[in-house]
Amino acid sequence: MAGGPQGAGVDSAANIFGRACGYGGLYVFGRREYHSNIKGLHSYFHLRVSQKEVLANVNDVDLLAAFDAETVVRHIGEVVSGGGIIVDREQIGTRVLGIPTLPPEFKDEVRKYMSQKGLDENLSDFLDDAKKAGISVFEIPYMDLLKTIATKLGIEQISKVTRMINVLTTGVSFALLDYDRGLVEKAVIAVFSDKPKVAEMNIMALREAYDYTQRTFKEGLPYKLASLDAKEQRIFVSGNQAVAIGKILGGCRVQTYYPITPAADESEYLEAHEVLKTRSGDGGIIVIQTEDEIAAVNSASGAALAGARAATSTSGPGFSLMVEGLSWAGNCEVPLVITYYQRGAPATGLPTRHGQADLRFAVHAGHGEFPRIVLCSGDIRECFYDAARAFNYAERFQLPVIHLIDKAMANCSQTYPLFDTGHFKIQRGEILDGAKLEEGAYKRFSFTETGVSPRVFLGTRNGVHWYTGDEHNEFGHISEEPFNRIKMVEKRMRKLELIDKEIPLEEKVNFFGDKDSENMIVSWGSPKGAILEAMEMLRAEGFSLGFMQLRMLHPLPKEYVANTLKTARKVIDVEGNYLGQLGGMLKEEAGVQVNFYVLKYTGRPITTTEVYAALKNILSGQAPERQVLTYGS
Amino acid sequence: MVLKLTDFKTDVFADWCPGCGDFGIMTALQMALAELGLEPYQVVMVSGIGCSGKEPHNIKVYGVHTLHGRALPFATGIKLANPELVVLAIGGDGDGLGIGAGHFVNTGRRNLDITYIMHNNGVYGLTKGQASPTLKLGLKTKALPKPNINEAVNPIALALVAGYTFVARSYAYDVKHLRDIIKRAVQHKGLAFIDALQPCPTYNDINTKEWYAGEDRKDPKTGKPQSRLYKLEETGYDPVVHSPAEEFQKKIAAMDKAREWGDRIPIGTFYKNELQPTFVDRITNRIPFYRDNPPAKQRISDENDDSTADLAEFFDDLRTS
Repeated sequence: MAGGPQGAGVDSAANIFGRACGYGGLYVFGRREYHSNIKGLHSYFHLRVSQKEVLANVNDVDLLAAFDAETVVRHIGEVVSGGGIIVDREQIGTRVLGIPTLPPEFKDEVRKYMSQKGLDENLSDFLDDAKKAGISVFEIPYMDLLKTIATKLGIEQISKVTRMINVLTTGVSFALLDYDRGLVEKAVIAVFSDKPKVAEMNIMALREAYDYTQRTFKEGLPYKLASLDAKEQRIFVSGNQAVAIGKILGGCRVQTYYPITPAADESEYLEAHEVLKTRSGDGGIIVIQTEDEIAAVNSASGAALAGARAATSTSGPGFSLMVEGLSWAGNCEVPLVITYYQRGAPATGLPTRHGQADLRFAVHAGHGEFPRIVLCSGDIRECFYDAARAFNYAERFQLPVIHLIDKAMANCSQTYPLFDTGHFKIQRGEILDGAKLEEGAYKRFSFTETGVSPRVFLGTRNGVHWYTGDEHNEFGHISEEPFNRIKMVEKRMRKLELIDKEIPLEEKVNFFGDKDSENMIVSWGSPKGAILEAMEMLRAEGFSLGFMQLRMLHPLPKEYVANTLKTARKVIDVEGNYLGQLGGMLKEEAGVQVNFYVLKYTGRPITTTEVYAALKNILSGQAPERQVLTYGS
Repeated sequence: MVLKLTDFKTDVFADWCPGCGDFGIMTALQMALAELGLEPYQVVMVSGIGCSGKEPHNIKVYGVHTLHGRALPFATGIKLANPELVVLAIGGDGDGLGIGAGHFVNTGRRNLDITYIMHNNGVYGLTKGQASPTLKLGLKTKALPKPNINEAVNPIALALVAGYTFVARSYAYDVKHLRDIIKRAVQHKGLAFIDALQPCPTYNDINTKEWYAGEDRKDPKTGKPQSRLYKLEETGYDPVVHSPAEEFQKKIAAMDKAREWGDRIPIGTFYKNELQPTFVDRITNRIPFYRDNPPAKQRISDENDDSTADLAEFFDDLRTS
């Protein structure tokens, strides 16, 4: 784990760490945490490295690299015995309660910690206490190292090199782990690929850090990090990036957005790649930053009517503004894709933190009744495929698709074998061109058995038709007639049955573990990784568990859910909200009663460690009906 | 084939009140489209909510009747996806300058090649006569319980500062003038705004047909009413920006004209500037083939339904092995 004030390069350090490990054939799972702030407040990344795939974070920190005193104070309790803390020598004397960025409610926590442990208020007291617990403390004279670097580079102002403290920390960390420096250098070059001068300076800083560490701390850490030969092709990818690339695969050619955390990174990434290579000649995606989310959703609908695959991307507050447009798209059967990154809510909530409390909202948002699909990815790989599939669903069934993901996935990065795209097909549904149309005869909303009417893009010869947010007849003209109303409502709603029939179960739900187990976990979204890792630990201890991960939450595969959970004695709902929203939906729609809830709403994702402990409590018959998880700074 | 006005009619009953200005605007639109030599399938008419929102149903072109205040965002998405389409947005004054004011202003920043026709009658008709953003302070139209407590927005001035590059006004009862203005607006390269004045015979009992015609101010000599409307084009006023250096001065002149109201109300073109790059030009600067291969026309899959996208450049950036 590495942390420091926002603006101090925590992000690039995270990227260098992740890539360097990846170049060494290791799997990485990394999470970014940051305040809603530009500069100065605490941010950190939490990175897990392994020889095999890692799916989530754990609570234990083996090595804490602190750019500043606050990082030590916030995370010292997470460092395990035998682990290490890297700290700036000049910060050792910091008066902890005098750190200006600590909020009062956190200071209360610190005071409690101090009185429990009998500590004085200097950082050195905290570190001495850690040493007693078997933690190694590595004091680094960052300023001296920076001065040496500045001299070597012929730079007089030390302030011009202080930003490189992040690379120094990275260097010290890897040196303590005895990791191949060449791989770290390669990562530095990759991360600063557009700034070769900066890359050069950083490589020098890295070497300085390695030399100093190897000279000063001969023993390093008890843990070592060895590189492996990765035979397959792998990528290190964030959720935001995976969604963006998935959209390109899915044929998205118009994306609209209004800036909002944690969604905007996806749109910016797309805009940076607006000119596309395609096998059908020139391709490009238009990314439009609109004046608000109302314009974003409605411009995307407009583009979809004209025949482009179109999407908009937002978070809770933005989606709230989009709801009227969503209802219009539902009424007018628009193939619209909305990518919805949940964050801590309600209202502005925890704008840069995780949340999973918008499931009910996504399923029910909009006045009136209309069919929609709500897709919930459980990890970054699923984000990629679901982002592409969303367009197929939207066009085949002519309805809005809400792709519901969350901050944890958006801002986590993970190592994966290169995504296979070979099996993905584009399915656009029935589209008529002008040659097949008889002038004046086309009905956009023709009554059909399936509820889906063949579609014509705006601008097609002989295809003139109308859309209206009012109830309408088959041509798309306003109609308030009750008989037409019944037929039109039923035509639209029938599509839900079609979805039940046509979308294969494996795109709606994943099942892991023991199908006949009497202990069944139900969940959706980002807890997936932590649950899978906890299950493996528990199975090694002899516990039997099944895990149903719902991926299509609307329409819900009710029959499958009811059948799968029918014989379970303990149904355990794991999710990131207060109410246990999935549990409530399963009861309503499939008659399933959840017996145990494992919930978290701190604004931080669920870790393997805490879900393991909670599940073990349940399996050993020691758990209350509701367990609330709290880990994470 | 030369199309006529009747080729742009539908058989949908137009359900406006007798004497509504919308009839005039509808006819002017149909005439303009026919005279521009457009075919119905080449045109998309996007509307908001209110009496004018229903207008697309009476005109035989692609019609998209959207949400209150949101015609411009829909029109923007349609035009961006397929810039070949002729896109007209229409809406009322409450739609455009009340609930949709943010879109009205921000659309001006893009200079997208579309035409926006605002039906300006000073009231919210369909909800029974509340004051709209263009009703003057202190006026009490007949459905208002008290005189209007808000100042009015000046649509022409707002369009000018927001960046519309064609700004004009016409009158629903002068169908030929309105037709000509609509034609010029559609032909204009860039974003066009038309402030279409119209009486609301049911709810606006102040700015009536008779008021516009000046029946309360008859010439003492001839006894004829003196219309409050006068045509800018008959005064020698030149709205066109001929060179970049003229831009500021022309805008100021247009602003000055925009202030006129009351006994002398100018109609005609206030401002026209084709020297600004359109939004399509700006995108084409970044994506050179955009105009020929826009989003709605791109082939996204091949004969085997495989995606045509080549993701190698994305993955290469992310590769660690």
